[in-house]
Amino acid sequence: MTSTAELAPARPGTAERRPARPPRRRPRGVDAVPWWLRLVVALVALYFVLPTLFVIPMSFSDSTTFSFPPEGFSLELYRNFFTDPVWLTSLRNSFFVAVVAAALATAVGTAAAIGLHSLTGRMAKLARTVLMISIVTPGIVLAVVVYISFLKWHLVGTFAGYALAHAAIGVPFVLVSVTSALSGLDPKLLRASASLGASPLRTFARVTMPLISRGIVTGAVFAFVTSFDEVVIALFLRSPTFQTLPVQMFNSVTFEVDPTIAATSSLVVTAVTVLCLVPLLLGSRGKNRQEP
Amino acid sequence: MTDVPRTELPRTVVPRTVVPRTVVPRTVVPRTDEPRTDEPRRRAPRPHWLLLVPALALLGVVLLLPLAQSFLRSVGAPDLTDEHYRSLFTDGVTMRVLLRTAQTALLVTVIAFALGYPYAYVMTRVGPRARAILLVVVLVPFWTSVMARNYAWILILQRGGPVHEFFALFGMDVVLYGSVTGVAIAMSQVLLPFMVLPLFSALSGIDRRLLLAARGLGSSPLIAFWKIYWPLSRAGVTAGLILVFTLSLGFYVTPALLGTPQESLIAQLLAQRTTQLLDFAGAGALGMLVLVVTLVLVAWANRIGGTVSAIGVVATSSSKEQR
Repeated sequence: MTSTAELAPARPGTAERRPARPPRRRPRGVDAVPWWLRLVVALVALYFVLPTLFVIPMSFSDSTTFSFPPEGFSLELYRNFFTDPVWLTSLRNSFFVAVVAAALATAVGTAAAIGLHSLTGRMAKLARTVLMISIVTPGIVLAVVVYISFLKWHLVGTFAGYALAHAAIGVPFVLVSVTSALSGLDPKLLRASASLGASPLRTFARVTMPLISRGIVTGAVFAFVTSFDEVVIALFLRSPTFQTLPVQMFNSVTFEVDPTIAATSSLVVTAVTVLCLVPLLLGSRGKNRQEP
Repeated sequence: MTDVPRTELPRTVVPRTVVPRTVVPRTVVPRTDEPRTDEPRRRAPRPHWLLLVPALALLGVVLLLPLAQSFLRSVGAPDLTDEHYRSLFTDGVTMRVLLRTAQTALLVTVIAFALGYPYAYVMTRVGPRARAILLVVVLVPFWTSVMARNYAWILILQRGGPVHEFFALFGMDVVLYGSVTGVAIAMSQVLLPFMVLPLFSALSGIDRRLLLAARGLGSSPLIAFWKIYWPLSRAGVTAGLILVFTLSLGFYVTPALLGTPQESLIAQLLAQRTTQLLDFAGAGALGMLVLVVTLVLVAWANRIGGTVSAIGVVATSSSKEQR
């Protein structure tokens, strides 16, 4: 292959060291991605996206069963959702639990990430592993052991129980995003701040904090969504007096065939999608803020 | 990363998380065990450990203490016994359910591999914009509500649903709702990121010119793939396979909603022992078994070069993209 092909980027604006496609000598490229592979990827992409979109047409149906395809067009299910106290209470519970859990997870997770950032050694590694372990613990195991202990501590079916459990599973997300923000932080800035006479606390408030705020917001959003959507632990911690939205959705599928879940699903999917776009949009803005 | 003036530092700073050609770091947790040449020396005595206390306390109350309590109960503390662990192997039910769970996990892994490998490969072959789109698409199921996703799968797989109708065109009566296959299809949709991300990370490190060289030396594309590309991608494949298999073991909601009680999986058995039979010691023992198997396998996958947390990857790639 000629080296000129190496120098020309495959597309304008790609600043990556990828061997460019070799010059075409035959009608079809020597090293092109074959069409059938593109088709496979398109189908797999549909498999990722399509199933969830099914709930949206269902939510405008006016039948009272789960039958597909949806019949008629009405806003009946949305009206159900917004007028039924059971659904509304679950929504309110979910929202407040998620807010408190995310706040708690963000506070302790950010502190831990900052602490770990300047710690090295075996103990620090162990601490990090402990904080990250809930991400790989099977949800059902976590739910069972939490349930058994919380029964004893009278936390089952309480707001505090939900918030504590959900905060704990939110910590890893905060830890990861804040750690990554910190790793992009130039330590010289902290030194500059200190040399100009700022106390460590002031340096943190005026230099570190603004620079890692995006990481903190990202972590908080992930912690919120994780809690809002969490269903396994929630199923175990529920009580007749306190349950969250996913638990009510679970009930509506298993015990009471309640098509309102279609409307709920559409609303939740839309809300969570919007929320998840926040970190992405934040990420695409001001990518090079660390540049001097 | 900024350029470091040579005058200021005796040694060059190693950029810690710069991974060439990819937005996916190989591991979620940035290495903290290398010497920080760029840290001011006099900050050593500051009590950084105090910052860890709240987080460790929270995890202690919600995770470590309950785990310890369940473990102690399962070994019959204070007088030690292994009966709960022995009965897992001898009660006839647990092992059968465990085997069925492993079979389901295997099916999920096969589906995820078959779909994930070409997907990850194409991700390495497109431009950065298309790659970002493909990455977001992978994570869509991950961020759609668990219950909404499972409800959607019920609609799709149920009798009279689109899948059933599709097979009816060919005169077949296939209802995947209430079958292990249906459960596996729904599970692999959400587990695919764990296959795609380690794979993508491995595949993007492969030099394509090796393939072109092979072609130039007269190899067919298939042979070139099999002899060169495949062996080089094997670490990512292994990591993805282990991760997906492992994470399949703990699924509760999907089998509970899409499967049948007659074909329950280990998570359902665990839930049933806890809430219906109130056999906390037996549930504790089973939970410990599932947990240990999971952690061992995940640690193994991580060692080979997998990414444990897809979210971590997205969080890191979106908050700090380095090209």
